[in-house]
Amino acid sequence: MMKPKQTKSLRGTQGLISLLASLLSIMVGLLVGLALLSLLNPAHAFSGFLKILTTGLATTEKMAKVLYQAMPLMLCGLAVAFAFKTGLFNIGAAGQYTMGAFCALTVAIALQQPWYIALIAAALGGALLGAIPGICKALFNVNEVITSIMFNWITMYAVNLTINNMPIMLTNYWSKSTIKDRTAPLMDANPAGILPKGGLDTLMNSNYINIGIFIAIGVAIVIWIILQKTVLGYELKACGYNRHASQYAGINAKRNIVLSMIISGALAGLGGGLYYLSGTGQYTLVKVLLGMGFNGIPVALLASSNPLGVIFSSLFISYIQVGGDALQPHFIKENIDIIISAIIYLSAFALLMKGWIAKLILRGSPRNANLEVPALNTAEASVSDPDTTATAQAAQKEDAQ
Amino acid sequence: MSEYVIEMLGITKKFPGIIANDDVTLQLKKGEIHALLGENGAGKSTLMSILFGLYQPDAGQIRKDGEVVQINNPNDANRLHIGMVHQHFKLVDVFTVLDNIILGAEQTKHGILQKHEARAKVLELCQQYGLAVDPDATIEEISVGMQQRVEILKMLFRDNDILIFDEPTAVLTPQEIDELMHSMRGFAKEGKSILFITHKLNEIMAVADRVTVLRKGKHVGTVNVADVTMDDLAEMMVGRKVSFVTEKAEAHVGEAKLRVQNLSVAGRNAAKDKVHNINFSVRGGEIVGIAGIDGNGQTELVHALTGLAPASKGHIFIGNEEVTGASVRTRNNKGLSHIPEDRHKHGLVLDYTLGENLVLKDYFEPQYQHAGFLRFDAITRHAEELIEKFDIRSGQGANTIARSMSGGNQQKAIVARELALSPDVLIAVQPTRGLDVGAIEYIHRQIIAARDSGRAVLLVSLELDEVMNLSDRILVMHDGEIVAEVDAKYATAQELGLYMSGASKQQIAAENEVNA
Ligand SMILES: Nc1ncnc2c1ncn2[C@@H]1O[C@H](COP(=O)(O)OP(=O)(O)OP(=O)(O)O)[C@@H](O)[C@H]1O
Ligand SMILES: [Mg+2]
Repeated sequence: MMKPKQTKSLRGTQGLISLLASLLSIMVGLLVGLALLSLLNPAHAFSGFLKILTTGLATTEKMAKVLYQAMPLMLCGLAVAFAFKTGLFNIGAAGQYTMGAFCALTVAIALQQPWYIALIAAALGGALLGAIPGICKALFNVNEVITSIMFNWITMYAVNLTINNMPIMLTNYWSKSTIKDRTAPLMDANPAGILPKGGLDTLMNSNYINIGIFIAIGVAIVIWIILQKTVLGYELKACGYNRHASQYAGINAKRNIVLSMIISGALAGLGGGLYYLSGTGQYTLVKVLLGMGFNGIPVALLASSNPLGVIFSSLFISYIQVGGDALQPHFIKENIDIIISAIIYLSAFALLMKGWIAKLILRGSPRNANLEVPALNTAEASVSDPDTTATAQAAQKEDAQ
Repeated sequence: MSEYVIEMLGITKKFPGIIANDDVTLQLKKGEIHALLGENGAGKSTLMSILFGLYQPDAGQIRKDGEVVQINNPNDANRLHIGMVHQHFKLVDVFTVLDNIILGAEQTKHGILQKHEARAKVLELCQQYGLAVDPDATIEEISVGMQQRVEILKMLFRDNDILIFDEPTAVLTPQEIDELMHSMRGFAKEGKSILFITHKLNEIMAVADRVTVLRKGKHVGTVNVADVTMDDLAEMMVGRKVSFVTEKAEAHVGEAKLRVQNLSVAGRNAAKDKVHNINFSVRGGEIVGIAGIDGNGQTELVHALTGLAPASKGHIFIGNEEVTGASVRTRNNKGLSHIPEDRHKHGLVLDYTLGENLVLKDYFEPQYQHAGFLRFDAITRHAEELIEKFDIRSGQGANTIARSMSGGNQQKAIVARELALSPDVLIAVQPTRGLDVGAIEYIHRQIIAARDSGRAVLLVSLELDEVMNLSDRILVMHDGEIVAEVDAKYATAQELGLYMSGASKQQIAAENEVNA
């Protein structure tokens, strides 16, 4: 047998390829963004482009905003990435996110519990919702995409209906205001329910920042450890890579499908909890799915489903979104949304690039180029699916309001 | 004009940690069948993939009809009329046969697919070369043999005249092998040139004109088949003499370790039983072979025994415990080990490393995990032991991604893993599929060693030679039933062949009546 001369493993090369692919996709996304800008308002295209690129770092306040938005994105991205790794496409992150938001707010406002209890409730709520498509898939072999999409809508309406019928949850219960289409600000209802700021608010001169971003990063690291180092991760990935082989190995595939969806759902739910417990946003009763869960998909794709990569891809996407907001007034809100979505979604095509770059680097070794997770292909197909994209964009718009 | 249609001169190809081809030269004459022989991992598939444009060589050149050509991808190869049937087929499972054949060479009119002409051409080719396929069946419905005919038709449809076959016979039944060889001779007679990879020396002797031998990436020599014997070839390839007969001592049988009573497996859609009312047992210290033509219920029987699919009737015992409805894990823990028929589908997680694959059955045991965390040092150590013992060759040892390993070495990894579990009952399905003669010799000795240490071995193989060589008793399966049991010592290939072909069922019945 030949002794391995090189210590750098194939996996290392794969990691490099993923990184390059992500960077290249981002470039392409940005270029298309620039093209769209020039199309919509040539006079301000370039300055607008610079704004997208620089706003996020311009002031500590903007940086705080980037971190604040990255927090739920990171968790939704983790939810999607985790499911991908185990061979499942959790498009239900939107519903699980909503459920997380609902559980967190109910526990904080109606039950007057502190933030950490509310966060646990958020994760549990998301987990519960994730379990449903998991169980349907495991027991009845119903595709998780279909059940997840159905439950996105069911959750949204159910949550709206419930909140509407819980006067204690609404703004007008806690103050003299007449607003009753959204939940009460936590400041009025339960200041202990707000995530601690840890002094970051004075440091960065922003009300948005809190310790949630550290929680999110910590969770990403834990998820990475679970996938890479544990017996559970070994089993879950085996199911994702090759279902037949995992069955042959005696791995309980049904249990793992459910477990994977539960964990994925808990992540998305936690994302919803973090966002609404920041004390800056109120849950609004509108008949639209929240875009955050869908944006988890490009976040995961851009990171090639690597949990540590998700930390960076969510920061990037949040950064672009914050930059996009600065495009007003030279561009109208609707156009900004289109531009930002184009950049985000094109950036997410990292995987298409991957095979191509692998070919360049390894001078044509198709076997290596094929190393990506099969499930990701499905995901990719669905993302380029106009329907999904449209829904996601519409939802994103609504969320930004 | 050059004497050779294809020349690969001084080809070198490096992969991380290994030189797969080291200054290899291969020259192919027009109208010849040229065999490529070499141990597992010698670099045969790599060399052919270079010719087909899947890899770029690090050094060397390729000539077609004397002119230097650059083959950057399979499309270039196709333009030069080079076609390839891969070791592991590359078909789209959910597409029909016809769609697979025309995929990439579709004729369109105003952007709309024109299938009529393609269909006519495919049917004509089927007729002309006697390749029976159903153009409208999907790939997942048809047998492996038919899938291969689809791959061959793909090449013919593209008017290829340099045909590369990478271990085409490894997955075929003896009958299908005969048919394939017949087709190959026909192609050669028409002036097509064939490159043929196989580990079976008798096939080389039967159809090839010349043979090129590789060893550890290096070119050992090219000889006329007429000038050499099988022993010469084996020696050229392995570098030592190889014995083709397996020596084994008298069996010392003990208690039954695997018992099967009235076992049936239902067919899909309430069709006829795939396995019908089977009874047998395997005792410790013996090898029981199951002979039969492919598709007579062997796969279903094995799946029922191993828990991959449910039995519809009957009982299965491992030792004294009934495991009929038990999970795969339970059976494994009771000492069952299984070398599966399909190494890519069941045997390996291709995206895992070799080390991770070698613990696929026992990663949860305390030696490989602590408090839910995998012990990668122990996993690597285990892998290195097996790599050493079973001579599993790859670029980066335990860290090699299984997908990048050569087919034969993937198989060795599976066999090594299953034997290392020291099973009470070993179910080995085609254990030496795709292995070189040296490796076969070694694996056979290991299986016999397992038997001699008191384990029960159930061997399922389509290769009569293997069944006859290894087994102590032979059961013949036909149409889901066991139609005969013979003592391997006295069995002849003719007799077994008769039983396998089912025509003799009545004869057996008649004979039994006479005896009764
Ligand atoms: N894409 C790849 N990446 C890394 N190593 C590779 C790759 N392809 C092949 N190798 C290595 O190159 C060597 C030669 O492999 P190849 O598949 O050509 O062998 P082979 O002669 O066809 O063997 P077999 O008879 O087992 O099919 C092997 O050690 C294999 O591990
Ligand atoms: Mg090969």
